[in-house]
Amino acid sequence: MLLFLPLSAQNTKQYLTIGELPKVAGKRSAAVQARIPVTVQMGFHVNSNAPKDEYLIPLKLTWKSTGVLEAGQVVYPKPSLEKYEFAESPLSVYTGAFELVTNFKVAANAPAGPGVAAGQLRYQACNDRACFPPKTIEINLPYQVQ
Amino acid sequence: MSLPRLSLIFATAVLVGCFVSGCSSSTRSVKAASVKPDKERKPAPDFALKDADGKVVHLADYRGKVVLLDFWATWCGPCKIEIPWFMEMQRKNKDKGFEVLGVAMDDEGWEAVKPFVTDLRVNYRVVIGNDATAELYGGVDALPTTFLIDREGKIAAVHVGLTSKKDFEDGVAELLQTPTTAVPGRAAVPAIIGAKY
Repeated sequence: MLLFLPLSAQNTKQYLTIGELPKVAGKRSAAVQARIPVTVQMGFHVNSNAPKDEYLIPLKLTWKSTGVLEAGQVVYPKPSLEKYEFAESPLSVYTGAFELVTNFKVAANAPAGPGVAAGQLRYQACNDRACFPPKTIEINLPYQVQ
Repeated sequence: MSLPRLSLIFATAVLVGCFVSGCSSSTRSVKAASVKPDKERKPAPDFALKDADGKVVHLADYRGKVVLLDFWATWCGPCKIEIPWFMEMQRKNKDKGFEVLGVAMDDEGWEAVKPFVTDLRVNYRVVIGNDATAELYGGVDALPTTFLIDREGKIAAVHVGLTSKKDFEDGVAELLQTPTTAVPGRAAVPAIIGAKY
Protein backbone atom coordinates (compact mmCIF):
# COMPACT_ATOMS: atom_id res chain seq x y z
CA MET A 1 0.00 0.00 0.00
CA LEU A 2 1.31 3.45 -0.86
CA LEU A 3 0.50 6.59 1.04
CA PHE A 4 0.99 10.03 -0.44
CA LEU A 5 1.40 12.67 2.22
CA PRO A 6 0.96 16.41 1.81
CA LEU A 7 3.35 17.96 -0.62
CA SER A 8 5.88 20.44 0.64
CA ALA A 9 7.31 23.22 -1.48
CA GLN A 10 9.59 26.06 -0.66
CA ASN A 11 8.07 29.24 -2.03
CA THR A 12 9.95 32.48 -2.13
CA LYS A 13 8.52 35.25 -4.31
CA GLN A 14 6.17 33.13 -6.34
CA TYR A 15 3.25 33.82 -8.65
CA LEU A 16 2.11 30.22 -8.40
CA THR A 17 1.53 28.07 -5.33
CA ILE A 18 1.31 24.33 -4.74
CA GLY A 19 -1.60 23.10 -2.66
CA GLU A 20 -1.92 20.13 -0.33
CA LEU A 21 -2.19 16.65 -1.80
CA PRO A 22 -4.91 14.21 -0.82
CA LYS A 23 -3.67 11.00 0.86
CA VAL A 24 -3.28 8.15 -1.62
CA ALA A 25 -2.68 4.48 -0.91
CA GLY A 26 -1.21 1.79 -3.19
CA LYS A 27 0.48 -1.62 -3.21
CA ARG A 28 3.83 -2.92 -4.54
CA SER A 29 3.80 -2.99 -8.34
CA ALA A 30 0.68 -0.86 -8.28
CA ALA A 31 0.10 2.11 -10.50
CA VAL A 32 -0.53 5.19 -8.39
CA GLN A 33 -1.32 8.72 -9.29
CA ALA A 34 -0.16 11.99 -7.73
CA ARG A 35 -2.44 14.93 -8.38
CA ILE A 36 -0.64 18.14 -7.62
CA PRO A 37 -2.94 21.10 -7.09
CA VAL A 38 -1.56 24.33 -8.48
CA THR A 39 -2.93 27.85 -8.22
CA VAL A 40 -1.77 30.80 -10.25
CA GLN A 41 -2.09 34.12 -8.45
CA MET A 42 -5.04 36.20 -9.57
CA GLY A 43 -4.18 38.65 -12.35
CA PHE A 44 -1.29 36.50 -13.56
CA HIS A 45 -0.93 33.69 -16.05
CA VAL A 46 1.80 31.14 -16.69
CA ASN A 47 2.75 29.66 -20.03
CA SER A 48 1.30 26.22 -20.60
CA ASN A 49 3.53 23.17 -21.08
CA ALA A 50 3.39 23.85 -24.82
CA PRO A 51 3.45 27.58 -25.57
CA LYS A 52 3.05 28.53 -29.20
CA ASP A 53 6.01 30.89 -29.26
CA GLU A 54 9.37 29.11 -29.17
CA TYR A 55 10.87 31.85 -26.98
CA LEU A 56 8.32 31.44 -24.22
CA ILE A 57 9.24 29.24 -21.26
CA PRO A 58 6.88 26.31 -20.73
CA LEU A 59 5.56 25.12 -17.40
CA LYS A 60 7.39 21.88 -16.68
CA LEU A 61 7.25 19.37 -13.85
CA THR A 62 10.38 17.27 -13.59
CA TRP A 63 10.97 14.46 -11.11
CA LYS A 64 14.62 14.39 -10.08
CA SER A 65 14.60 11.42 -7.72
CA THR A 66 11.65 9.22 -6.93
CA GLY A 67 13.00 6.48 -4.69
CA VAL A 68 11.07 3.25 -5.15
CA LEU A 69 8.59 4.98 -7.42
CA GLU A 70 9.05 4.66 -11.12
CA ALA A 71 8.04 8.01 -12.53
CA GLY A 72 5.78 7.81 -15.49
CA GLN A 73 4.30 10.45 -17.69
CA VAL A 74 3.33 13.86 -16.38
CA VAL A 75 -0.13 14.78 -17.61
CA TYR A 76 -0.72 18.48 -18.07
CA PRO A 77 -4.21 19.97 -18.19
CA LYS A 78 -5.65 21.44 -21.34
CA PRO A 79 -4.44 25.03 -21.59
CA SER A 80 -6.67 27.96 -22.34
CA LEU A 81 -6.07 30.33 -25.21
CA GLU A 82 -6.11 33.88 -23.94
CA LYS A 83 -5.64 37.12 -25.83
CA TYR A 84 -3.46 39.74 -24.22
CA GLU A 85 -2.69 43.30 -25.30
CA PHE A 86 0.98 42.47 -25.78
CA ALA A 87 0.50 39.51 -28.11
CA GLU A 88 -0.85 39.47 -31.63
CA SER A 89 -2.46 36.05 -31.27
CA PRO A 90 -3.91 34.21 -28.26
CA LEU A 91 -1.39 32.61 -25.92
CA SER A 92 -1.53 29.08 -24.55
CA VAL A 93 -1.65 29.63 -20.79
CA TYR A 94 -2.81 28.39 -17.42
CA THR A 95 -4.65 30.64 -15.00
CA GLY A 96 -6.41 30.06 -11.70
CA ALA A 97 -6.44 26.55 -10.22
CA PHE A 98 -5.49 23.35 -12.03
CA GLU A 99 -3.90 19.97 -11.36
CA LEU A 100 -0.71 18.37 -12.59
CA VAL A 101 -0.96 14.60 -12.65
CA THR A 102 1.96 12.20 -12.47
CA ASN A 103 1.47 8.48 -12.95
CA PHE A 104 3.89 6.45 -10.84
CA LYS A 105 4.43 2.74 -10.47
CA VAL A 106 5.68 1.28 -7.19
CA ALA A 107 8.70 -0.94 -7.73
CA ALA A 108 7.94 -4.64 -7.39
CA ASN A 109 10.68 -5.07 -4.81
CA ALA A 110 9.96 -1.88 -2.88
CA PRO A 111 10.51 -2.30 0.84
CA ALA A 112 7.74 -1.20 3.14
CA GLY A 113 8.31 2.19 4.65
CA PRO A 114 8.44 5.89 3.91
CA GLY A 115 10.22 7.72 1.14
CA VAL A 116 10.30 11.05 -0.65
CA ALA A 117 10.04 11.80 -4.34
CA ALA A 118 11.80 15.04 -5.26
CA GLY A 119 10.81 17.14 -8.19
CA GLN A 120 10.86 20.65 -9.57
CA LEU A 121 8.15 22.76 -11.12
CA ARG A 122 9.47 25.44 -13.45
CA TYR A 123 7.23 28.17 -14.73
CA GLN A 124 7.25 31.70 -16.02
CA ALA A 125 4.52 34.16 -15.15
CA CYS A 126 3.21 37.38 -16.66
CA ASN A 127 0.37 39.75 -16.05
CA ASP A 128 -1.23 41.81 -18.79
CA ARG A 129 1.61 44.36 -18.89
CA ALA A 130 4.80 42.69 -17.67
CA CYS A 131 6.56 39.37 -17.33
CA PHE A 132 8.60 38.00 -14.45
CA PRO A 133 11.72 35.83 -14.44
CA PRO A 134 11.29 32.06 -14.56
CA LYS A 135 10.87 30.45 -11.15
CA THR A 136 11.42 26.97 -9.86
CA ILE A 137 9.51 25.42 -6.98
CA GLU A 138 11.12 22.47 -5.23
CA ILE A 139 8.64 19.67 -4.61
CA ASN A 140 9.20 17.03 -1.94
CA LEU A 141 6.54 14.39 -2.10
CA PRO A 142 6.60 12.05 0.88
CA TYR A 143 5.22 8.57 0.30
CA GLN A 144 4.72 5.41 2.29
CA VAL A 145 4.93 1.87 0.95
CA GLN A 146 2.83 -0.41 3.10
CA MET B 1 -15.27 90.48 -46.20
CA SER B 2 -12.28 92.60 -47.25
CA LEU B 3 -8.79 91.17 -47.58
CA PRO B 4 -7.25 93.31 -44.75
CA ARG B 5 -10.01 92.25 -42.44
CA LEU B 6 -9.45 88.55 -43.28
CA SER B 7 -5.74 88.99 -42.63
CA LEU B 8 -6.45 90.54 -39.25
CA ILE B 9 -8.71 87.61 -38.28
CA PHE B 10 -6.05 85.12 -39.39
CA ALA B 11 -3.30 86.90 -37.45
CA THR B 12 -5.47 87.01 -34.33
CA ALA B 13 -6.21 83.28 -34.64
CA VAL B 14 -2.49 82.51 -34.90
CA LEU B 15 -1.71 84.63 -31.86
CA VAL B 16 -4.45 82.98 -29.79
CA GLY B 17 -3.23 79.57 -30.95
CA CYS B 18 0.30 80.43 -29.88
CA PHE B 19 -0.91 81.59 -26.50
CA VAL B 20 -2.83 78.35 -25.89
CA SER B 21 -0.35 75.80 -27.24
CA GLY B 22 2.94 77.67 -27.15
CA CYS B 23 4.93 78.90 -30.13
CA SER B 24 8.58 79.14 -30.90
CA SER B 25 10.53 80.19 -33.89
CA SER B 26 12.00 76.68 -34.17
CA THR B 27 10.38 73.34 -33.26
CA ARG B 28 7.49 73.07 -30.86
CA SER B 29 8.50 72.24 -27.29
CA VAL B 30 7.57 68.76 -26.05
CA LYS B 31 6.79 68.17 -22.39
CA ALA B 32 6.42 64.52 -21.43
CA ALA B 33 4.38 63.80 -18.32
CA SER B 34 6.64 60.93 -17.30
CA VAL B 35 9.89 62.91 -17.33
CA LYS B 36 10.99 64.12 -13.92
CA PRO B 37 12.18 67.68 -13.33
CA ASP B 38 15.96 67.95 -13.53
CA LYS B 39 16.47 68.49 -9.79
CA GLU B 40 14.66 65.23 -8.95
CA ARG B 41 16.82 63.05 -11.18
CA LYS B 42 19.38 60.65 -9.73
CA PRO B 43 22.56 59.45 -11.45
CA ALA B 44 22.16 56.28 -13.50
CA PRO B 45 24.53 53.69 -11.99
CA ASP B 46 27.35 52.70 -14.27
CA PHE B 47 27.88 49.10 -15.31
CA ALA B 48 30.25 47.11 -17.47
CA LEU B 49 28.49 44.45 -19.56
CA LYS B 50 29.48 42.62 -22.70
CA ASP B 51 27.82 43.06 -26.06
CA ALA B 52 27.43 40.40 -28.77
CA ASP B 53 31.01 40.92 -29.93
CA GLY B 54 32.40 40.48 -26.43
CA LYS B 55 33.17 44.17 -26.15
CA VAL B 56 32.67 45.66 -22.69
CA VAL B 57 30.06 48.40 -22.66
CA HIS B 58 30.06 51.02 -19.91
CA LEU B 59 26.93 53.10 -19.51
CA ALA B 60 29.17 56.05 -18.70
CA ASP B 61 30.48 55.89 -22.27
CA TYR B 62 27.11 57.29 -23.34
CA ARG B 63 27.48 60.50 -21.33
CA GLY B 64 26.35 63.43 -23.45
CA LYS B 65 23.66 61.35 -25.14
CA VAL B 66 20.07 60.61 -24.29
CA VAL B 67 19.85 56.89 -23.56
CA LEU B 68 16.86 54.59 -23.52
CA LEU B 69 17.99 51.72 -21.30
CA ASP B 70 15.67 48.76 -21.75
CA PHE B 71 15.73 45.73 -19.46
CA TRP B 72 14.10 42.89 -21.37
CA ALA B 73 14.21 39.14 -22.05
CA THR B 74 13.43 36.84 -24.95
CA TRP B 75 10.65 35.18 -22.92
CA CYS B 76 8.92 38.51 -22.28
CA GLY B 77 5.91 39.08 -24.55
CA PRO B 78 5.41 42.78 -23.73
CA CYS B 79 9.11 43.40 -24.47
CA LYS B 80 8.55 42.15 -28.01
CA ILE B 81 5.93 44.85 -28.56
CA GLU B 82 8.27 47.63 -27.47
CA ILE B 83 11.45 46.51 -29.24
CA PRO B 84 10.27 47.52 -32.75
CA TRP B 85 9.34 50.95 -31.35
CA PHE B 86 12.85 51.33 -29.95
CA MET B 87 14.33 50.28 -33.28
CA GLU B 88 12.31 52.99 -35.00
CA MET B 89 13.35 55.56 -32.38
CA GLN B 90 16.98 54.55 -32.82
CA ARG B 91 16.71 55.10 -36.58
CA LYS B 92 14.99 58.47 -36.24
CA ASN B 93 17.09 59.96 -33.45
CA LYS B 94 20.55 58.44 -33.70
CA ASP B 95 21.97 61.56 -35.32
CA LYS B 96 20.48 63.77 -32.61
CA GLY B 97 22.52 62.21 -29.81
CA PHE B 98 20.23 59.34 -28.87
CA GLU B 99 21.00 55.67 -28.27
CA VAL B 100 18.98 52.67 -27.26
CA LEU B 101 20.79 50.16 -25.09
CA GLY B 102 19.10 46.82 -24.42
CA VAL B 103 19.97 44.78 -21.34
CA ALA B 104 18.85 41.20 -21.90
CA MET B 105 18.10 39.36 -18.66
CA ASP B 106 18.05 35.83 -20.05
CA ASP B 107 19.88 33.37 -17.79
CA GLU B 108 21.10 31.51 -20.88
CA GLY B 109 22.90 34.63 -22.13
CA TRP B 110 23.83 34.98 -25.77
CA GLU B 111 22.78 31.41 -26.54
CA ALA B 112 19.17 32.56 -26.19
CA VAL B 113 19.57 36.22 -27.05
CA LYS B 114 21.59 36.08 -30.27
CA PRO B 115 18.99 34.20 -32.36
CA PHE B 116 16.31 36.54 -31.05
CA VAL B 117 18.08 39.79 -31.91
CA THR B 118 18.99 38.33 -35.29
CA ASP B 119 15.38 37.33 -35.99
CA LEU B 120 14.10 40.78 -35.07
CA ARG B 121 17.04 42.56 -36.77
CA VAL B 122 17.58 44.67 -33.69
CA ASN B 123 19.49 47.77 -34.78
CA TYR B 124 20.79 48.92 -31.41
CA ARG B 125 23.34 47.61 -28.98
CA VAL B 126 22.36 44.80 -26.64
CA VAL B 127 24.29 43.56 -23.62
CA ILE B 128 23.66 40.64 -21.30
CA GLY B 129 22.54 41.72 -17.85
CA ASN B 130 22.67 39.90 -14.55
CA ASP B 131 21.25 40.10 -11.04
CA ALA B 132 23.89 42.61 -9.99
CA THR B 133 22.87 44.97 -12.79
CA ALA B 134 19.21 44.58 -11.91
CA GLU B 135 20.07 45.32 -8.27
CA LEU B 136 21.92 48.50 -9.25
CA TYR B 137 18.69 49.73 -10.81
CA GLY B 138 16.52 49.09 -7.77
CA GLY B 139 15.97 45.37 -8.24
CA VAL B 140 14.45 45.16 -11.70
CA ASP B 141 12.04 42.21 -11.64
CA ALA B 142 9.14 43.05 -13.96
CA LEU B 143 10.09 43.16 -17.62
CA PRO B 144 10.13 45.30 -19.59
CA THR B 145 11.53 48.02 -17.34
CA THR B 146 12.85 51.01 -19.24
CA PHE B 147 14.88 53.96 -18.03
CA LEU B 148 15.23 57.23 -19.92
CA ILE B 149 18.58 58.74 -19.12
CA ASP B 150 19.37 62.37 -19.87
CA ARG B 151 22.54 63.74 -21.43
CA GLU B 152 24.09 64.20 -18.00
CA GLY B 153 23.66 60.54 -17.13
CA LYS B 154 20.69 61.03 -14.83
CA ILE B 155 17.53 58.95 -14.78
CA ALA B 156 14.74 61.14 -16.09
CA ALA B 157 11.96 58.56 -16.34
CA VAL B 158 11.22 54.95 -15.45
CA HIS B 159 8.61 52.81 -17.16
CA VAL B 160 7.73 49.45 -15.62
CA GLY B 161 5.77 47.11 -17.86
CA LEU B 162 4.34 47.74 -21.31
CA THR B 163 4.13 51.49 -21.89
CA SER B 164 2.61 53.47 -24.73
CA LYS B 165 4.83 54.32 -27.68
CA LYS B 166 3.85 57.98 -27.30
CA ASP B 167 5.14 58.09 -23.73
CA PHE B 168 8.55 56.97 -24.93
CA GLU B 169 8.56 59.29 -27.94
CA ASP B 170 7.53 62.31 -25.87
CA GLY B 171 10.10 61.52 -23.19
CA VAL B 172 12.93 61.15 -25.69
CA ALA B 173 11.85 64.28 -27.57
CA GLU B 174 11.86 66.31 -24.36
CA LEU B 175 15.28 65.08 -23.30
CA LEU B 176 16.73 65.70 -26.76
CA GLN B 177 15.67 69.35 -26.52
CA THR B 178 18.22 69.87 -23.77
CA PRO B 179 21.54 70.84 -25.33
CA THR B 180 24.66 68.86 -24.49
CA THR B 181 26.59 70.25 -21.55
CA ALA B 182 28.29 67.07 -20.36
CA VAL B 183 31.58 66.02 -21.85
CA PRO B 184 31.04 62.79 -23.79
CA GLY B 185 32.96 59.81 -22.50
CA ARG B 186 33.32 57.83 -19.35
CA ALA B 187 32.76 59.43 -16.00
CA ALA B 188 32.45 57.92 -12.57
CA VAL B 189 28.81 57.48 -11.61
CA PRO B 190 28.14 56.18 -8.13
CA ALA B 191 26.37 52.86 -7.99
CA ILE B 192 23.71 52.81 -5.31
CA ILE B 193 22.86 49.20 -4.52
CA GLY B 194 19.13 48.68 -4.16
CA ALA B 195 18.28 52.31 -4.78
CA LYS B 196 14.78 52.96 -6.07
CA TYR B 197 14.31 55.12 -9.11
